[in-house]
Amino acid sequence: MAAGGTFKMDPLEQFALHPVLGPIGRSVNFTQANLTMAVGALLVMALLVYGSRPKATVPGRWQSLAEMLYQFVHSMAIDQIGIEGRAFFPFIFTLFTFVLMGNLIGLIPFMFTYTSHIAITGAMALFIITMVTIVGLRHHGLHFFSYFAPPGAPAALMPLIVLIEIVSYLSRPVSLSMRLFANMMAGHMILAVFASFAVVLGSLGLVGLVGAVVPFAVNIPLIGFELLVACLQAYVFAILTCIYLHHAVHLH
Amino acid sequence: MSGNSSGPGPSFEQRLRAARERQGLEKPAGGANPGGASGWGGGLQAGVELVSAELVAGAIGWGLDHWLHTLPLFLVIFILVGGAAGVLNAFRRFPPAGKAGG
Repeated sequence: MAAGGTFKMDPLEQFALHPVLGPIGRSVNFTQANLTMAVGALLVMALLVYGSRPKATVPGRWQSLAEMLYQFVHSMAIDQIGIEGRAFFPFIFTLFTFVLMGNLIGLIPFMFTYTSHIAITGAMALFIITMVTIVGLRHHGLHFFSYFAPPGAPAALMPLIVLIEIVSYLSRPVSLSMRLFANMMAGHMILAVFASFAVVLGSLGLVGLVGAVVPFAVNIPLIGFELLVACLQAYVFAILTCIYLHHAVHLH
Repeated sequence: MSGNSSGPGPSFEQRLRAARERQGLEKPAGGANPGGASGWGGGLQAGVELVSAELVAGAIGWGLDHWLHTLPLFLVIFILVGGAAGVLNAFRRFPPAGKAGG
């Protein structure tokens, strides 16, 4: 942090994993990503338990927050999947709140953004696509594979269309995980780049301090923008899961 | 307050709406953003669809080649198929106006 060359400007450094909780954490590789995931899950549970405890007819702040969250995801699941969506509501709700909490926790200074690692978004996306395939097979049996052969296509083009549909289906988990990971990582990198500009300029004396105001001022609206991205990407992740489940349940 | 001493004029509702419009709070009728996503976000998402389909197809093609020792053949075929699948995905996510999404 000192003036001169000792300050290392590395916007990727924030994504490095470090074991936490001392020797116990080191021995099982319990990193800050695992810790923030646990914190995120506990925060969601705390919000729901604490929010639903008053059971007031006229809800207070926390109760209406918890109820609005529940209502929002519930109507999203029903609207997108149909009446069968009720069965998937707990899963969608868990997914949405987990991703949302991860994105929001990441905006708190010194906290880690677990959704900025493709290992985590990729694991979630793989789970989703496996589940969607199993749901499709359970609802339709082997008829599910007719999903890859759209009706009305000429028979001569069938091999090509089936190939394209299969690639399109298999690319879903990749695009699902890449979208969330890329959005979160890019946002946090931009924040880190501007913040390090401010630090480097600020270490140049009085003139530098005046100049450092500019990148600092850029970071303020960026934080607001990141807040929007955090909510939007959690929503997109959940709604795409709903759309995939709709395809599996209804075929097309 | 029920006497409304300020005299005749537009009703409270009308004045409120006019004030909100001046502040840019009232959305003009028939908002120009039906999908919810901005143009920038939509473009980015369509780009992600294209790239990921290409990646998956390239991986499948390369894997088949590696297995069958026919190196460029399946890679070439699947890169073309991946491009088509990517466009298909982007098209499904953002169907053109006037057509129902499938």
